[in-house]
Amino acid sequence: MAAPAVRMFRRVEGLFCVYKPSGVHWKLVRDNIETKLLKGLNAAPSQPCPQEVRFLAQPGGDAEAPKGLTLSVASVPALSKHPLVTGPEFQYLQVGVGHRLDAFSSGVLVLAVGNGNKILNDLYRTRITRVHLVFHCLGSATDDFSHMGHVVERSTYGHITQDKLDRVLAMLQGANQKSLLMYSNVDMRSQEAYEMAVQGLLGPDGKSAPILTGLRCIRFEPPNFTIEVQCLNETQKYLRKVVHEIGLELRSTAVCKGVRRTRDGPFTLQDALTRHHWTASDIMQAIQQYKSSKKNKNYSRSKVKEPGLHPLEENTTDSQQNETNVEAVAAGRTE
Amino acid sequence: MKTSKPALQTCAQEEVTMASSCAQLCLKCRSLLCSKTVATTWQHSTQVRHCRTVTPVITKVLNGSSFFSGNHRTSPASQRWKQQMFCYSELSVKHLATEAKEDKFKEELSRADVVAYKSPLLPVNEIQMPLDLDAAAEFSALEEITHEEAVSISVPAAIPPSSTSLRDYVDKSETLSKLVQLGVNLWKLEQRPNVGTMLLKLDFNMDVAPRLLFLKHIGVEESHIGYIITHNPFILTEDLESLQARVNYLKSKKFSSETVASMVSRAPYLLNFSVKRLDNRLGFYQQQLNLSASNTRNIIARLPRLLCGSLEPVKENLKVCEIELGFKENEIQHIALTVPKVLTANKRKLTQLFDFIHNTMKVPHHLITKFPQVLNTKYLRVRERHLFLEFLGKAQYDPDLPNYISLDRLVSLPDEIFCTELALATLEDFYLFQKTL
Repeated sequence: MAAPAVRMFRRVEGLFCVYKPSGVHWKLVRDNIETKLLKGLNAAPSQPCPQEVRFLAQPGGDAEAPKGLTLSVASVPALSKHPLVTGPEFQYLQVGVGHRLDAFSSGVLVLAVGNGNKILNDLYRTRITRVHLVFHCLGSATDDFSHMGHVVERSTYGHITQDKLDRVLAMLQGANQKSLLMYSNVDMRSQEAYEMAVQGLLGPDGKSAPILTGLRCIRFEPPNFTIEVQCLNETQKYLRKVVHEIGLELRSTAVCKGVRRTRDGPFTLQDALTRHHWTASDIMQAIQQYKSSKKNKNYSRSKVKEPGLHPLEENTTDSQQNETNVEAVAAGRTE
Repeated sequence: MKTSKPALQTCAQEEVTMASSCAQLCLKCRSLLCSKTVATTWQHSTQVRHCRTVTPVITKVLNGSSFFSGNHRTSPASQRWKQQMFCYSELSVKHLATEAKEDKFKEELSRADVVAYKSPLLPVNEIQMPLDLDAAAEFSALEEITHEEAVSISVPAAIPPSSTSLRDYVDKSETLSKLVQLGVNLWKLEQRPNVGTMLLKLDFNMDVAPRLLFLKHIGVEESHIGYIITHNPFILTEDLESLQARVNYLKSKKFSSETVASMVSRAPYLLNFSVKRLDNRLGFYQQQLNLSASNTRNIIARLPRLLCGSLEPVKENLKVCEIELGFKENEIQHIALTVPKVLTANKRKLTQLFDFIHNTMKVPHHLITKFPQVLNTKYLRVRERHLFLEFLGKAQYDPDLPNYISLDRLVSLPDEIFCTELALATLEDFYLFQKTL
């Protein structure tokens, strides 16, 4: 018979995602979540103290006439099992972090509790992509590519139009798609490569250079513009560098004002828990949701063969044709 | 805990060697206790009997023992033993103090109190033992004894010789059980080095009870005593006269008794500091902030830990407020009086918060001084609320203009009320907005 706290712990094991605010190190987020989960688990009603039976002889009796043997029985709680002596039932929790976010960026951060850590490892090995929204500001260049760094160069940006931007983005995307083929370790002229390409399995296995599989301009209001980037194996610093390079390609300069991750594999912004919801009960709910959605996906995947069923479908409303293919293909291999 | 482990292992080894040497002697003496023999042999038999248990009690790292001071029979072997082996027993105090008089000892035995008994390891006098035990060799273990005698054999408690946790001793120790019943968190205390052994060494009636009564006398509620001892176990080793002197000092500074009681409850370390130190600190706050006596009393009564901590961070914070943040002296005074927590706040976080409020939200100094609570909030909270209001076009903090939002309501209201009253939006919108930051 498991204690209520242990039963609660079984329900908490799994994967969920939180929204990490910017300016906070990811480790602080992880520690905060661990503390809140421990608080919730230890708040569950604990087992009562087990009783111990003790025999006490009657005191005195030497001076009076011998009465024979009398013993009194007392049942006292065994204080060695008292929670104030043994400590809380749960003292540590294994909370693992998925793809990390540096302090400057914000967005979806995947966390795993207990057994979920094994699933997290598998998630890493598959080729899942992440979608970031990168905010740019034209006109200056800094040393660390972000708007808080030391300004190195200033330039004009009046000549930049949306059209030019789209051209630059398309060129970048093309170059990255080529590198995708290069990293896939398959001879491009073989039948195997063709079959893999049809199914969308071309891509690097494990660690490789960052590849941007999709680039799209969402908003263009000079000097600010926003780009949606879909990438593999990237770091946020690389994304800021990309910002700088886009600025250079446009014959101007640009700095990054912010990076926000809107999707990490199957976890989207919708499922992310904000700071106010980092309590044990909310996290349990999110994990149950993830587990049920996984079951549905597996079931539906076995029914329909094509990898077109992806929760991100609703995001790509007005994207180009090749973009949707790329996304669906890349995202279809999330499990 | 980590440092005591090697010490424990060496103790255990010495343990075994000593124990095996007196094991034989102990066996012979077993029968001694059951029969009522001459008084002269009692003293020796107590020692031998206490060695009977193969694993005498050793607790964590202890420094010598005051209990042995009464015992003058020490040989070089036992001297070395005393230095390296550690031992504790509640009853041993009584034993050595009374020099094991026959009546007392019989009384202790006949109590047969398994709970309170612990077998101590007294310095075994190897030279003397063989002489005494030759006389007792006649008794055999198969001798028939009466029921009373059988009951009066106290079984030595199965306590481990050394342990890293107090839970092995809590059932057998009166002090520890009473502390648990008071609500003291022993698990937290045993993490601190040397606190566990200190607690085990205390005698409830002589050490703990007078101090608990003292706390009750000055007005501390019973429910808070557990909290106080969990955070400051050393209050149980403070001298009673000094404690009384410090309380008298505070009362002489015109703190009422209820205030003193609440200060002690909220700052458990308060009464551990000397009168001189308390005086020093009170003087510092009065001078630095240029406050009247009653205002100083007010601040200290609301945040008593100002008297406990070091003054360096407070000095730094005051300098930061003056130089970096640019507050005038009367403004700092007002802020400290309204929100004394600013004096012990983290310098970096304070600067970050002020930077956001002053430079991003464009709130001038005099307005911040009017609502010092904004300096006490979390940076992320202020940031998300301000950005939400800015997004809605409602971020207006100047009292002269219409649609004014007061700073104290901005930071102190809970989320739902903030959304409905100040932002005029729903809570879900607020959460959705947070995901776009």
